[in-house]
Amino acid sequence: MTQVDDLYTVGDPIADTKAPKDLPIEQIWTRAKFTNKLVNPANRRKLSVIIVGTGLAGASAAATLGEAGYHVKSFCYQDSPRRAHSIAAQGGINAAKNYNDDGDSTYRLFYDTVKGGDYRSRETNVYRLAEVSTNIIDQCVAQGVPFARDYGGLLDNRSFGGVQVARTFYARGQTGQQLLIGAYQAMERQVTAGTVEQFTRHEMLELIVVDGRARGIVTRDMVTGKIESHLADAVVLASGGYGNVFFLSTNAMGCNTTATWRAHRKGAYFGNPCYTQIHPTCIPVSGDHQSKLTLMSESLRNDGRIWVPKRKEDADKDPRDIPEEDRDYYLERIYPSFGNLVPRDIASRQAKYMCDEGRGVGPLVGDFRRGVYLDFSDALSRMSRAAIDAKYGNLFDMYQRITGEDPREVPMRIYPAVHYTMGGLWVDYDLETTITGLYAVGEANFSDHGANRLGASSLMQCLGDGYFVLPNTIRNYLADGPFEPVAQDAPEVIEAVESVRGRIEKLLSINGERTVDSFHKELGHIMWEYCGMERTEEGLRKAIDLIRSLRAEFWRNVRVLGTADSLNQSLEKAGRVADFLELGELMCIDALHRRESCGGHFRAESQTEDGEALRDDEHFAYVAAWQFGEGADRLNPVLHKEDLVYKFIELKQRSYK
Amino acid sequence: MNLTLKIWRQNDAADAGRLVDYPVEGITEDMSFLEMLDVLNEQLQARGEEPVAFDSDCREGICGMCSLMINGEAHGPEVTTTCQLHMRSFKDGETITIEPWRASAFPIIRDLVVDRSAFDRIIQAGGYISVNTGAAPEANNIQVPKVAADRAFDTATCIGCGACAAACPNASAMLFLGAKVTHLGELPQGQAERSPRVVNMLNQHDAEGFGGCTNIGECATACPKEIPLDVISQLNKDFRTAKKYAG
Amino acid sequence: MATQTLPATRRTGKAGSTIFLKTLMAVTGIIFILFVLAHMYGNLKLFSGERSFNTYAEHLRTIGEPMLPRRGLLTILEVVLGLSLILHVYSAVALWRRANEARPQKYAVKKAVSQSLSSKTMRWGGLFLLLFVIWHLLQFTIVKFNVGSGGGAFQHNPFQLTVHAFQVWWLTLLYILAMIALGFHLHHGVWSAAQTLGWTTTPRARRIAKTAGLVIALVVAIGFILPPLFILFGVIK
Ligand SMILES: Cc1cc2nc3c(=O)[nH]c(=O)nc-3n(C[C@H](O)[C@H](O)[C@H](O)COP(=O)(O)OP(=O)(O)OC[C@H]3O[C@@H](n4cnc5c(N)ncnc54)[C@H](O)[C@@H]3O)c2cc1C
Ligand code: HEM
Ligand code: HEM
Ligand code: SF4
Ligand code: F3S
Ligand code: FES
Repeated sequence: MTQVDDLYTVGDPIADTKAPKDLPIEQIWTRAKFTNKLVNPANRRKLSVIIVGTGLAGASAAATLGEAGYHVKSFCYQDSPRRAHSIAAQGGINAAKNYNDDGDSTYRLFYDTVKGGDYRSRETNVYRLAEVSTNIIDQCVAQGVPFARDYGGLLDNRSFGGVQVARTFYARGQTGQQLLIGAYQAMERQVTAGTVEQFTRHEMLELIVVDGRARGIVTRDMVTGKIESHLADAVVLASGGYGNVFFLSTNAMGCNTTATWRAHRKGAYFGNPCYTQIHPTCIPVSGDHQSKLTLMSESLRNDGRIWVPKRKEDADKDPRDIPEEDRDYYLERIYPSFGNLVPRDIASRQAKYMCDEGRGVGPLVGDFRRGVYLDFSDALSRMSRAAIDAKYGNLFDMYQRITGEDPREVPMRIYPAVHYTMGGLWVDYDLETTITGLYAVGEANFSDHGANRLGASSLMQCLGDGYFVLPNTIRNYLADGPFEPVAQDAPEVIEAVESVRGRIEKLLSINGERTVDSFHKELGHIMWEYCGMERTEEGLRKAIDLIRSLRAEFWRNVRVLGTADSLNQSLEKAGRVADFLELGELMCIDALHRRESCGGHFRAESQTEDGEALRDDEHFAYVAAWQFGEGADRLNPVLHKEDLVYKFIELKQRSYK
Repeated sequence: MNLTLKIWRQNDAADAGRLVDYPVEGITEDMSFLEMLDVLNEQLQARGEEPVAFDSDCREGICGMCSLMINGEAHGPEVTTTCQLHMRSFKDGETITIEPWRASAFPIIRDLVVDRSAFDRIIQAGGYISVNTGAAPEANNIQVPKVAADRAFDTATCIGCGACAAACPNASAMLFLGAKVTHLGELPQGQAERSPRVVNMLNQHDAEGFGGCTNIGECATACPKEIPLDVISQLNKDFRTAKKYAG
Repeated sequence: MATQTLPATRRTGKAGSTIFLKTLMAVTGIIFILFVLAHMYGNLKLFSGERSFNTYAEHLRTIGEPMLPRRGLLTILEVVLGLSLILHVYSAVALWRRANEARPQKYAVKKAVSQSLSSKTMRWGGLFLLLFVIWHLLQFTIVKFNVGSGGGAFQHNPFQLTVHAFQVWWLTLLYILAMIALGFHLHHGVWSAAQTLGWTTTPRARRIAKTAGLVIALVVAIGFILPPLFILFGVIK
């Protein structure tokens, strides 16, 4: 192993060994389903599976495995499975149904997703995703998900996120909610049937590994504080993304990395941690007290024009008083053919540049204005107010509720915000991590989106994983079970439980001077500044140092009040922030080692002459799978590369000029 | 702005609980109501006092986790969730009373946090369409008239927050129940189980200890998703029909 | 394995689900509405003089003869009304109790945002109506005592019984109050019954039911109040 700087070492390459090789791509999944071992229905009830997470991925997996007859234990930290963050997804879900006969196909969805991911995802997985996408829609409709329909009573589609076919199914601006309620209801049905046991307000704090196999988890009952160990034949993590490492993001307050990070510490590799997606149209930060950011649908860019004042002095002027010739419609200027509709990463980065130049608008936060205008006055003169309201009325109202300004009168202000994390636990074709018997599905794994996720593709991946993929791959593992029962007092269980207890006691006993939130905010600030939209070698090195010392201070100086044996929200937060403080370092190391720009990862050192992202396929066409190193003061992780081999799709450089 | 908050503090289910006064300063109009509470909590912690526990997650009005009774109104004075309520709806110097949802079916866990698992059990009793994964027919084989699809959608937007039951003088959760029964009852897929669904869900609703509806209408006013009152009528009708055919 | 059919869930163990109880209340309530409308119509005959009113009262007793015995239909009506009253009051009390159990601890501050005065007063107003009905029956059918001048009772002259009664100002006042209470009860009750019976599944139907509630409440309250008022002021004598 070679040590690189004082940061990481390079280990052996890995390969995804599970996908059947040398078959035409459209046969791989069919073959895998056939060769994967079957479990006799009578044996299924003797096999138990723990699923952490009840978002689209977790709930759909729990419902399906429950229906199949396995004994499922499902966990979430909210008070009901229905509240998982998938509920917040607005836009829609892709599927290659080709209902509009506009040339869509499984192959095209596959192609678009690989290209959208800037050629950093695994072909076999993405093809399978495109394949199962149509089944997802069938399943959801049968469950009663009220997708938009036309007057003939058939399903309606719209186009989304820069693709040229209309393949996005939607339920107004609440697609995630409707899909999740469908999956949730299917899961609740299994609770009644007795196959799924539901544990709400239970947070997973540790993974139990016995003889190299994942055999259970340690949870804290968030109401009573009781530390419990739950044992099973297999463990599935469906715990969502880690965007909250940035403190401010569009994720829910409770989104965390604890489940995945604990698994990582126990041996699961973390894939591509630095790939984060920054969404260009969010409501800007209004002050230091801000707790989260709210997404405004991207569809606004279809009719709104983005601009900033040409001169810094105009930044705090009423935008309506800035004459046309003093406005800079910078996207239209730089990208004449795509204009305001350039992909997310480009729109975000340009907004940042404008603000960095001092031409940002909106209130000063610190000494900086974070915002650009999204102006509907042109659209309002072109279309009737009613027509605009029909399209965007609910978004305008939401904006008005939050900012107190009516976008029909004053231009909207928007700014990019962290939205989605493409990285996650490394999984093979079977969605199994590097710990035997530990699976990861949904946003928690790194699998299908490469360096950038296309709009409406995450919902597709989560449900694809949960309804169709995992149930067909995990049986290959479970067929060898039931495994030797693990005793509640087995040394591995005791060790895991005690480590959780010890950590909680430690957090409560430090009794320092700073609140958990203040650490989280500071971490978020570091991440946003140096590991956000634009990353440089210098910045990342600085960030790593800053994070290390912040982590040290956290363990010395955090103040967590209250007790361990009751509902204690500061304690919950403290545990999550402690894990973010480690993950943050790994993200920076990953971002530092990847000296190319690709998708959501923009390295200032790797750009074309006119400032566009420049990929380096020769050196970086691989998945970075990180193995946990030593931890504590410095992570020193081990890098394992999985080479990405493109057999079916040719690599190309993106261009939106 | 400066405010006086009267907040319900209760250590756990066994504790009697009491309203405690807290002054807060330096609140701006742009803050959301929950961010205002975050500010209070930071101040409390700085003084070494335990922060006020309250539920929230998405903070964008969709998960249904937030749940505060603000000055006697569920989710406060606007038609929206607590997390989407902003301080510009209040005046400088105002006294704001903040209580948890009160219903015996929603036992208090701590301070402003209540246990709403009763809603999950109501859904478990029949709030679903039985279709196993893989058993679904091609989606476009099922045609749904647009009006039915739209109404199904409107009623499916319920976020399960519990404001309806919190606001109802009878602590009845009929709006929640009606929303689900109407959502599934509008769709062709939902017909097969329509009768047992409504009977079972109602039995569970009653067994959880919610009160009976007497058509007061506070629920629909409190509902952040504007679920209309006529879903309760639909529920009553379905219940009657179910009783007629299913006994 | 997956659930094939919906399993039955827990019942409360109490008599009747909440929707069943309120259906009972709605059905009996509608019987009351029909009755009071008819009764009000009858009372308005007070305006057409002693003969006409007494003939009408007598007609009530002979209607259906000879198929039914004298007072046959009236007895049926009395039984139906009596039963309805019992069921109506039973379900009202049962729901009231459940509501109290459902929220043992009240809010320190609670705003009534969309409750009408009518809906808020259903229970106490209903109780008042119950007391009124008992008094009313004692006065006009069971004992037939005369609170007014002239002494004695008018056992066989309903017209005189009524006229003498309402010449007493406090009795008229009591009745007026009761009729206002009835108006309130019906204002909410009519719409509520329609909602309970599932007739208001659209916003339009809801508006119609609310309007009907207001109209019926006004008609009944005013229709009942007019005769006693006119008697008090000596127009009917
Ligand atoms: C505002 C917004 C809009 C979006 N819009 C779209 C869109 O239009 N289309 C699209 O395709 N994608 C969209 N996305 C992305 C997509 O919604 C998410 O990626 C996806 O829903 C993630 O689902 P999941 O099942 O993996 O995890 P989640 O839904 O995040 O669920 C995580 C679950 O894990 C549980 N959990 C987490 N940690 C623990 C722990 N330690 N212990 C116990 N339980 C735990 C939680 O309780 C929860 O149940 C959007 C995302 C956001 C934030
Ligand atoms: C005698 C004592 C009475 C009591 C204690 C009583 C009480 C009540 C109560 C508590 C309700 C429920 C309120 C609601 O559903 O919103 C109700 C409903 C109703 N009452 Fe009464 N009431 C009485 C008499 C009457 C009379 C005399 C009439 C008619 C003339 C009447 C007509 C109605 C109607 C139509 C309803 C609506 C039914 C429904 O809610 O579905 N009630 N009553
Ligand atoms: C101003 C209002 C009212 C007046 C003047 C009035 C008058 C009378 C009179 C004169 C009778 C006796 C009729 C007879 O014996 O033939 C009577 C009977 C009765 N009234 Fe009223 N009434 C009034 C309001 C009401 C109301 C509001 C109710 C019910 C809610 C009611 C219920 C009854 C009943 C049940 C009887 C007995 C009928 C029977 O036993 O046959 N009345 N009323
Ligand atoms: S019906 Fe409305 S108030 Fe009741 S739970 Fe649903 S969204 Fe909340
Ligand atoms: S407020 Fe309550 S009484 Fe019925 S109409 Fe709403 S549930
Ligand atoms: S926190 Fe999710 S709805 Fe308010």
